[in-house]
Amino acid sequence: MQPDDLFNLVKSKFPDITRDEQSRAVTVPQSRFFSLMSYLKGLDPAFDNLHCVTAVDWKDHVEVVYILYSFAARQFLTVKVNLGNNALEIESVESLWKSADWLEREVYDLFGVKFRNHPNLQRILNPDDWQGYPLRKDYTHKDLVRKP
Amino acid sequence: MSETVKESKHLATEDFLVNMGPQHPSTHGVLYLELQIDGEVVVDCTVHLGYLHRSMEKIAESRTYTQFIPFTDRLDYIASMNNNLAYVLAVEKLLNMEVPERAKYIRIIIAELGRIGSHLLGIGTFAQDLGAFATPLFYGFRDREQIVEIFDELCGNRLTYNYMRIGGVQFDLTKELVDKTRKFVQYMRHKVDDYEWLLSGNAIFLARTKGIGVMPKEQAISYAVTGPNLRGSGVKWDLRKDEPYLGYEKFQFDVCTRENGDSWDRYKVRLDEIRQSLRIIEQAVDGLPEGDPTVKVGRVIKPAVGEAYMRAESPRGELGFYIVSDGSTNPYRLKIRSPSFSNLAVLPELVRGLKVADLVCILGSLDIIMGEIDR
Amino acid sequence: MAVNERIPAAKLIMKFPGGQVILTTADTVLKWAKASSLWPMTFGLACCAIEMMATGASRFDIDRFGSGVFRASPRQCDVMIVAGTICVKMSECMKRLYEQMPEPKYVIAYGNCAISGGIFYHDSYSVVKGTEALGIPVDVNIPGCPARPENLLYGLLKLQEKIKKDKNAA
Repeated sequence: MQPDDLFNLVKSKFPDITRDEQSRAVTVPQSRFFSLMSYLKGLDPAFDNLHCVTAVDWKDHVEVVYILYSFAARQFLTVKVNLGNNALEIESVESLWKSADWLEREVYDLFGVKFRNHPNLQRILNPDDWQGYPLRKDYTHKDLVRKP
Repeated sequence: MSETVKESKHLATEDFLVNMGPQHPSTHGVLYLELQIDGEVVVDCTVHLGYLHRSMEKIAESRTYTQFIPFTDRLDYIASMNNNLAYVLAVEKLLNMEVPERAKYIRIIIAELGRIGSHLLGIGTFAQDLGAFATPLFYGFRDREQIVEIFDELCGNRLTYNYMRIGGVQFDLTKELVDKTRKFVQYMRHKVDDYEWLLSGNAIFLARTKGIGVMPKEQAISYAVTGPNLRGSGVKWDLRKDEPYLGYEKFQFDVCTRENGDSWDRYKVRLDEIRQSLRIIEQAVDGLPEGDPTVKVGRVIKPAVGEAYMRAESPRGELGFYIVSDGSTNPYRLKIRSPSFSNLAVLPELVRGLKVADLVCILGSLDIIMGEIDR
Repeated sequence: MAVNERIPAAKLIMKFPGGQVILTTADTVLKWAKASSLWPMTFGLACCAIEMMATGASRFDIDRFGSGVFRASPRQCDVMIVAGTICVKMSECMKRLYEQMPEPKYVIAYGNCAISGGIFYHDSYSVVKGTEALGIPVDVNIPGCPARPENLLYGLLKLQEKIKKDKNAA
């Protein structure tokens, strides 16, 4: 299936998604996010591989990025969700793909995004008592020496 | 044994918490496993990471694209060339840049040499963890020294090379190096049989690895396991064949898969991959085109606003770089999708109900590297 | 501690003519024995650990200098070769391991990251800037990124010289 056909198929079920021209990434509103992910997992060809979960801090909002891959269709699909700047919460997709378990923990650790219904949402890379979310753009730390 | 003890009314048993701490000879780096064991059997295993978290993604935001190349070396430090390659491929995708043919062939030769070096070390340490204390490891290092000598002569370093550049490679392959590579291929072809003879049919090795840590296909795909671990579970998926990059479609080689998904299968896939890599290197060296190995790139690299995701088949799996650019000289966000991170996530599932010694075997067969997991 | 205090029956030996010569020779022999069998701890953290393993392998062979026996338990080793980057999460464990090593103990900081934080000195929030920053005294610093195996052998020989020369080797 061609990428454009796939996008049109998905858009027919979820009319409020948009696509970026340069990156071909699909942006979905937060309320429709989990149903879109379940739909993509159950689609034929199925997006059976959650390849990567990350987030980008755009200073005025935080965006969570999911990179899905389908072995059968040999295609990527990037799904983005804009979370605003306060109350960074989103539904966890760990029930759909097991790889989301650690990937979402990493996003929580580094950005502070809380994933609802995650079985074990704890810090994974930094120590458990670490203060702050390091990859936010306004993060500072007393031992951080800036490169001159 | 523990069932009969439990049935006895006179003895009460309870589970015991053991720290397989960050400093341990068999954890392949600084990994902390919290094991809940009942006698010798692992009831549950909690993985604690972060003991080598060097905040590379934060550092990337304050470095230019070229300045970040040495940092990618330190991710998977056993196969540094492959990390360099995945990163420059991602940046070149962002810039929509094509590299010359000679650069592509050189990159393929170097990447496959790196793969062989990594698998030799992986097999050597795996065998060491199982009790073959020094011989396979020393064989592995002896052969790896030959590869490392070629790299040393090429770019000046033995372990972290900083060799790939955006637009090509840093130094050209001289005629002497090409001859040396050819000789190495002839030499290594016979030496792989040494490993086969030493380990593959060994009764103790078979008893320790056959049927241990079986990972079914569906579990491997759900956990986004990639690389030899995925191929050992029966999924015939190799980026070099299925989503070729750099011109891999021109080369003849097989994708090695095994059906059972146990530790022996994962080891055998790696051993067979060494043979396939030698085939690729031979073809690449015979067909090496003339020309300039690098495209002229300006001193300052400023991609347009946008993002790109590119992955390459590194020895441990699919290493991907997700780069978001805001038009400046530094990446706005750089995410490293490391294969070992996803490969390690499946460990608690594989180890439940097995003994502690089997956990060591499974960890060795997954072939993880902490530098890449913690970044 | 001075020679006289460490060797038992030193006071008795000193009463005999030539007693001082015997004590000095015994001291030299003890120091030579200590320096020639420094057992390292497997404390490879990051990239330099691979070069440490290569030093232990057949081409560079650290065993010919007496240090081929890498012990995993800190109770059984003499020298801690800090090979790799020290991160904040690991620093607690590292201090505990150092304290668990019995005297006389030595520390080799192998590689730039162990000396000062290396390339992770700037802009990193989770890297400790060197072994000395943790309060662990270092005997030999071996720079390099990664430092070559020949450098490790040279550093080890320097440590052996330091032990043999030191009047109060303890």
